[in-house]
Amino acid sequence: MIQGFLQIAIFCALIVAVVPLLGGHMARVFRGERTFIDPVAAPMERFTYRLLRIDPERGQDWKVYARSVIGFSLAGWLVLFLILRTQTLHPFNPQNFHSGTWDLSFNTASSFVTNTNWQFYGGETTLSYFSQMAGLTVQNFVSAATGVAVAIALIRGIMARRSATPTLGNFWQDLVRATFYVLLPISIIGAVLLVSQGVLQTLGGTVAGLARGPVASQEAIKELGTNGGGFFNVNSAYPFENPTGLSNLIELFLILCIPASLTYTYGRMVGSRRQGWALFSAMSALFIASVVVVYIAEIHGTPAQHAAGVHTGIIDGSTGGNLEGKDQRFGIANSALWTAVTTVTSCGAVNAAFESLTGIGGLVPMVDLGYGESVFGGVGTGLYTMLLYVLLAVFIGGLMVGRTPEFLGKKVEAREIKLVSLGVLVTPLAVLLSTGVAMATKYGKPSIFASGPQGFSESLYAYMSQANNNGSAFAGYTGYYQPNPGNIGAHGITFADLLGGVTMLGARFAPILLVLAVAGTLAGKRVAPQGAGTLRTDTPTFVALLGGTVVLIGALTFFPALLLGPVVQGMTDRLF
Amino acid sequence: MKLGKELLTAAIAILVFTVVLGVAYPLVMTGISQVAFPTKADGSQVKVDGKVVGSRLIGKAFVLDTGKKDSDGNPITRPDPRYFQPRPSQTDYSATGTFFSNRGPNSAVGRFFFRDQLAGYMALEGRYDPGLTKAKVPVDAVTTSGSGVDPHISRANAGIQAHRIAAVRHLPLDRVDKLIADNTDGRFLGVIGEPGVNVLELNLALDKEAPAR
Repeated sequence: MIQGFLQIAIFCALIVAVVPLLGGHMARVFRGERTFIDPVAAPMERFTYRLLRIDPERGQDWKVYARSVIGFSLAGWLVLFLILRTQTLHPFNPQNFHSGTWDLSFNTASSFVTNTNWQFYGGETTLSYFSQMAGLTVQNFVSAATGVAVAIALIRGIMARRSATPTLGNFWQDLVRATFYVLLPISIIGAVLLVSQGVLQTLGGTVAGLARGPVASQEAIKELGTNGGGFFNVNSAYPFENPTGLSNLIELFLILCIPASLTYTYGRMVGSRRQGWALFSAMSALFIASVVVVYIAEIHGTPAQHAAGVHTGIIDGSTGGNLEGKDQRFGIANSALWTAVTTVTSCGAVNAAFESLTGIGGLVPMVDLGYGESVFGGVGTGLYTMLLYVLLAVFIGGLMVGRTPEFLGKKVEAREIKLVSLGVLVTPLAVLLSTGVAMATKYGKPSIFASGPQGFSESLYAYMSQANNNGSAFAGYTGYYQPNPGNIGAHGITFADLLGGVTMLGARFAPILLVLAVAGTLAGKRVAPQGAGTLRTDTPTFVALLGGTVVLIGALTFFPALLLGPVVQGMTDRLF
Repeated sequence: MKLGKELLTAAIAILVFTVVLGVAYPLVMTGISQVAFPTKADGSQVKVDGKVVGSRLIGKAFVLDTGKKDSDGNPITRPDPRYFQPRPSQTDYSATGTFFSNRGPNSAVGRFFFRDQLAGYMALEGRYDPGLTKAKVPVDAVTTSGSGVDPHISRANAGIQAHRIAAVRHLPLDRVDKLIADNTDGRFLGVIGEPGVNVLELNLALDKEAPAR
């Protein structure tokens, strides 16, 4: 156990160390300052602008910025859907896979454009190499870059000084810079490191019963962009995606480095690093609580194992614990750490089977999803969601001390709070509505695998995960039946595919529009000098208030639902 | 900007990104990987007498055919007592179609699965290791992994199976223990990850040391 906590501590130290470096780099990138990567990235950037025929310096107000986001996502969705539906025509399809069904393709396209990467498909049995590369890998990059762009636009709105035409920057510029200055260089380094550990990178087909493919290039961005869709069905549990303890550490690092560092970027851009570290502290506290709970829960076995007479304690040469669904090279500690990292962020890649977690162990990822991507969260999405919570906490704090709430010198008024409230509530609403429909009608039933409370947990988790654009799963929940690799004779569960797809799209783009609207109204506000009555947002008190707001709104919204699933299982030895 | 121009920009953007990120990036990475780490990029294949028998990263079943078939017509196998046995697998160590067991914590069916695994392990190892009790069976020996192809078993698990291997192969126990130690993947820098015994490599080393009959 000490060994396990040591590994967790080393990971946390690495993240703390990278935050100022990467965060500072991103601040320079988005302020248009010189960076060390300019000699390579700047020509690519300029060439892209020429192809797009746009003026990157032309500022956009929030409506134009939003229109660009939606237009780009729509185009991406159509292209991806088309790619998934035409697999028989693809080059790089050595196994001659056919296309998946239309409903599965709808779900998968929606999933990757929204940075969710929910897997109703089975990577190595459903998709051609071309679909994985030109379809999924591309969206892994650009859906992440879109998230960053929106977060940067919100920061610009917060810091804008009153001018005749307040702008949030230019979406195309932010998109291109996030891709070429941040995501692509780190992915290249990450992919090489992963291959050095044994991750595949080949275009040769199956050899000696081993499915293969260009895995590392996708694996790196899959973690870095907090995407999470595996090349293989069992995702990062599969040794060809994650072969060693070190590859596991690298992948964990890739998942968390950008969401964590963006807090520092924010601090730098608003001119006060303390503001950034305050967000980082609030996020870290909730994250560490998650890790500790899931680790301690998984050290113990499950009721089913105990009833069978399995000894789950530590013995010499074995860590013991609930190893069902976990690989030996990761053990309990690294599986538990991954569980928390992948669900506080919107990554959703897994290195262990979530459905086989203990009751309380399975509660942790659900609570993390309940935080609604505010605890580090997705690349960009995490920061903008947390900033919504900051505005909410400022408002609540302002009411407590009886003063007009203001944030970094700007008055927070009715319009912003209305938008913020909607932005914070739209995702939980999507979760509960979708789960309710799936549970209350007969249509949700064919997707459920387990019986008893676990069956409910599967459904709840499916819609929590898809609404929060996470993508991890209690994988018993099915949307696609595939008797043989290559999609012949396969059929989708249309209800689950469509409901999931619509949930993902709604819960991705409605908050983005609301965030940009908040950015737009904040951008037009006058800045008042800080006074004695100002509620400071960089103090430990505010960090506690912020964390409390997240827990209160994010997690407690789901408390009744969680009671019916994982909490029941965590509290009983009964088998179902 | 007009909406039409906006959509045109979006379409060009997605095409540019598809070429750069979807074609050039993975192909360049494939090129770099094939030059820098050709063996690893191709799947760390293990060859015996020039023939690929598997990958050192992907676990493999070591079973004997019983000649019987189950109700689905699939052959029923039993563990080959001459070899170290990997962990149970929900996919029978398939490396072409992977899935999770999805065995929940309070699963009544799961209880019978674990009970059968435990009984099977005791039956196989108990005769060779008379001191073996259920409480000494390490948990990795009776649970399925996440990947279904876990290449490793715990050192405790290998230590118990060593008694059987020593007896079947007529090797001194300390020689088998030495082979186990030689084929154990430790933690990175002694800290990161969990140690595990690589079953495929161990069994191949065993065949070299004392060929199976």
